[in-house]
Amino acid sequence: MKDYILNFWQGLFTILIGMKVTFRHLFVPAVTIQYPTVKPQMPERERNRLYVNMDDCIGCDQCARACPVNCIEIDTVKSLPEEDLGKTSNGKKKALWVTTFNIDFAKCCYCQLCVFPCPTECIYMTDVYEFSEFKRENLLYDFVTLLPEERIQKKKNFEEMQARKEIEKVAAAKKAAEEKVAAQANKPAEPKPDSKEENKQ
Amino acid sequence: MMYDWLNNLTGSPILAMFIVSLLPLFVFILPFALFAVLMERKVSAHMQDRLGPMRTGYHGILQTIADIIKLLQKEDLVPTATDKTLFNFAPLLVFIGSYAAFAAIPFSGFFIGSKIDLGIIFIVGVTGLVVAGILMAGWASNNKYSLLGAMRSAAQIISYEIPTLLIILTIIMITGTLSLYDLSEMQTPYFWNWMILGGPAVGLQKILLIPLMIMGCLIIYTSTLAEVNRTPFDIPEAESELVSGYHTEYSGMKFAMFFLAEYANMFAVSAIVAVLFFGGYQSPFGYLGNLLGLKWLIPIEQFSWFTAKGLFFVFVQMWLRWTLPRFRVDQLMAFCWKYLIPFSFVILLLVGLITLI
Repeated sequence: MKDYILNFWQGLFTILIGMKVTFRHLFVPAVTIQYPTVKPQMPERERNRLYVNMDDCIGCDQCARACPVNCIEIDTVKSLPEEDLGKTSNGKKKALWVTTFNIDFAKCCYCQLCVFPCPTECIYMTDVYEFSEFKRENLLYDFVTLLPEERIQKKKNFEEMQARKEIEKVAAAKKAAEEKVAAQANKPAEPKPDSKEENKQ
Repeated sequence: MMYDWLNNLTGSPILAMFIVSLLPLFVFILPFALFAVLMERKVSAHMQDRLGPMRTGYHGILQTIADIIKLLQKEDLVPTATDKTLFNFAPLLVFIGSYAAFAAIPFSGFFIGSKIDLGIIFIVGVTGLVVAGILMAGWASNNKYSLLGAMRSAAQIISYEIPTLLIILTIIMITGTLSLYDLSEMQTPYFWNWMILGGPAVGLQKILLIPLMIMGCLIIYTSTLAEVNRTPFDIPEAESELVSGYHTEYSGMKFAMFFLAEYANMFAVSAIVAVLFFGGYQSPFGYLGNLLGLKWLIPIEQFSWFTAKGLFFVFVQMWLRWTLPRFRVDQLMAFCWKYLIPFSFVILLLVGLITLI
């Protein structure tokens, strides 16, 4: 009988304690973050969408090689000798036109491994994490600042230069051969011009 | 009274009766259900340190309206294996049961749907229809979860009606009336005359009655809470074990009917507790209308007091819901038969002896 009454009393009393707890929580400020309007504070070393600062990129391809999932695709073209591409922010001279710099964020695993090898610190993680798309193709980001025509132009320039060089080379080789033939005809042994030609090549 | 006034106004007793019978639904139950659902969500959210609905309107005040619009648009699904007649009739019956209870609830001295002498017994009896409706829904759904929920609900409601009625009986022994209007009038507009503080009795009788009345109030509150299937007594709906109990198979407006009935019931039950123990529509300290000599202000004041009391008890129901975990089935039955019923019998006996003084 004593237990019975005690049980009843305890039941009642503990309910009141519980109610006190819930009532206190009624006035505790909510922990909810109103997401799209209020963004949560992200940690300092967050790893989200990559960004490439193309002004600093020297097209060294090290990030692409570091990538474990091969999501970075880089293509470069040598600049012409007369073109000045400027310098990167840390003083490296740029020598390549970067004509392709694609990062496929559908593949990217946000491991940040590409960030460390970069000599100019031009590829880095940003705090942007809202970039979902309806089509997977839209996740293929192109970072190159050149216009499509310019890219073609650069490639063509390089090819033309290459062709010119080739012609020059062929011409030089021809000339050398002619000289050789001439030299052989005049004097049997004179190696000096020959070695010169070889050095040039 | 409202009916007489409307009868004079319109000159047609049928029209007056029609308006009086529809008033609680359109003026009270529907807005209350809209408000209570929002209140439930807000109270639960803030008790769990969340915010609840925030997008629709200022702090989400239009959320329930949006929900109702969504429910109205929904397809009225009737599963093929169900007993069609019962399936369609059950939500109606449940709603009728809880709506009919509002006929005898005194919203104010001026407005009671029906001033019948059997008021309180009528309410208890007519809410019995809800049990029939729930059983019907559970059986007709042809779903084991629904049936289990319905069986549990029936067992629970029938068991918990006993302590409710025993406490009502003690009140009747003190006041000598079953009419809710007379009961409210007896508890004059001063809180020391409320039943929780011994009612209109005086002297030794009053002092002896107070602890018993507090006990009785707790018991009737608990057992009526169980009758409306609210947590911690929500085993008929028990989301974690029975999907959703007897309304698992319902969708759209039929589900909304169950929902409306549940919230209407919540208020009806709170109203019963308020009428029996907390003076019904009476103000705790006189009326402003009497003070200023404005007679027409009194019914409005009474209505607001009644709503405030009802809403307070509804709030306590929500509060309990987020405080206590659900009972197990055997615990539920043990709680009723081993604790509530013996205690209410003791109260009945003691009150009987006290009234002899």
